[in-house]
Amino acid sequence: MAAIQLRGVVKRFGPITAVDGLDLEVPEGICLGLLGPNGAGKSTTMRLLTGQALPDAGELHVLGHELPAEAKSARAEMGVVPQLDNLDVDVTVEDNLAIFARLYRVPDVGTAVDKALDLARLRERRRDAVDELSGGMRRRLLLARGLVHEPKLILLDEPTVGLDPQIRTELWTLIGELRSRGTTILMSTHYIEEAERLADEVAVMTKGKIISRGRPVELISEHAGAQTAEVYGPPERLAEARKTAESHGLSVRPAGPAIAIVGSENAANGAIPDDAVVRAASLEDVFVLLTGEEAE
Amino acid sequence: MRRLEPAAIGGVMSRELANFRTYWKGTTFSSVLEPIVYLLAFGLGLSATLVDEVNGVPYIEFVGTGMVATAVIFSSALPAMFGTFVKHRFQNTYDAILAAPVDVEELVTAEMLWIGLRSGTYGCVPLLVTIAFGLDPAWGMLLVPIFCFVTALGFAGFGVAMAASVAKIDQFNYVTALCITPLFLVAGTFFPIDGLPHGVQVVAQLNPLLQLVELVRGGAFGFEAVDILRFAYLAGFALLTWRIAVSRMHNRLID
Repeated sequence: MAAIQLRGVVKRFGPITAVDGLDLEVPEGICLGLLGPNGAGKSTTMRLLTGQALPDAGELHVLGHELPAEAKSARAEMGVVPQLDNLDVDVTVEDNLAIFARLYRVPDVGTAVDKALDLARLRERRRDAVDELSGGMRRRLLLARGLVHEPKLILLDEPTVGLDPQIRTELWTLIGELRSRGTTILMSTHYIEEAERLADEVAVMTKGKIISRGRPVELISEHAGAQTAEVYGPPERLAEARKTAESHGLSVRPAGPAIAIVGSENAANGAIPDDAVVRAASLEDVFVLLTGEEAE
Repeated sequence: MRRLEPAAIGGVMSRELANFRTYWKGTTFSSVLEPIVYLLAFGLGLSATLVDEVNGVPYIEFVGTGMVATAVIFSSALPAMFGTFVKHRFQNTYDAILAAPVDVEELVTAEMLWIGLRSGTYGCVPLLVTIAFGLDPAWGMLLVPIFCFVTALGFAGFGVAMAASVAKIDQFNYVTALCITPLFLVAGTFFPIDGLPHGVQVVAQLNPLLQLVELVRGGAFGFEAVDILRFAYLAGFALLTWRIAVSRMHNRLID
């Protein structure tokens, strides 16, 4: 049985269609990265899965529960880690966890809090108020709060957005531990590296739809081939190189100060400048080609 | 899962309790000090110069019993308005709670119950202060926490509904000026409403705070048969604002 099953789901906000006929199936035990630019509909999809948004059309099933009618039962079995920090800042670390253990009807609140503290590596800080914690500790606590009832499914909504690289790495380690335990994870992100490192499968979402899905290596192979050539230089040179590559049928995308010519292993002689820097194709190439957005 | 589960309501209230433990001292201090200041200013000040007694009741006791209603509205409607707005818009607290197995009805019910309990307790403080100023204790006063609790539930529902209706926090100024201040002034706290024009007296009967003031004075000086209707009116007010608050919050919190 799939942990999450969405068929033809539509969600509109006035004239804007945030989710546009979305089909998505997440098998149990995998980590699926929902990768898309800002405004792709990822957060709305997450809210639909918790019953905090109601679909205009389509069918949603989460852990065997039909949504939105059985959203409360589904929420009892899933954990949610939000994009924004919504901890109670004046309350202690352990009270933040205990409150949610009660909300999730955990029978032994004390044991659940201890386990969550261990997971977040915050046992020594349990009696400190949240506003005394560092940014990284707060994010770890937020993750532990979503796991305090040992859910079967966890929704991570942009878990590392706005964090510095060190804290991001800390969180990736924690999420990696969850993966190894077999917890089903749906993680929305617009960070390519995050999806590449953590997800068993990646679904690329844009304009409310999944436009491609597969294991990262499969997506790269399917859409970007084996190699990408990056060409650097002044704008006139880049424009000329782009024109030449495209005339040979190659896909070209902007890459900061350079252009990236995708699938360069198949390029004919003269299609790519000799001084181009050749590297292995990446998920970033796929993301930009498919969504037309610059990657982060 | 069924509606209005005690575990969900208790969980949300436990969050309020955990937060309350961090600020209870300040709240308690102001709840005790305010009635003392009011009684000194209005009770002792006015009774020494302008008013000696109202309907046979010493003015300080008249004001002291009336101030229970003041304490209730200011410890229920205002925290419900501002607290709900801040938790929703600035702290994203409700997003976290509604991601757990709690629905909007349980969330609103828990918030109202918490405010009702807190306000029911703090509402009694002016009465205790008035006793310290010379009011004779009476058995009927034991019912005052219940009267305060039910009235506070109603005003908590009103506050939550307002928080779910305004677009910006500044708009609470309109609610305070147009609703709360008139209700507070025409509640029979500082002067009896019998002196007001007949039309105003009729409209004032709709004011839940006036009914609370009459019930508190009933508890202190003797109940009347009509007090049962007054209590029923307060219970109806709480029921009505509860349903409106749930509906408004559902529209606000669920996309």
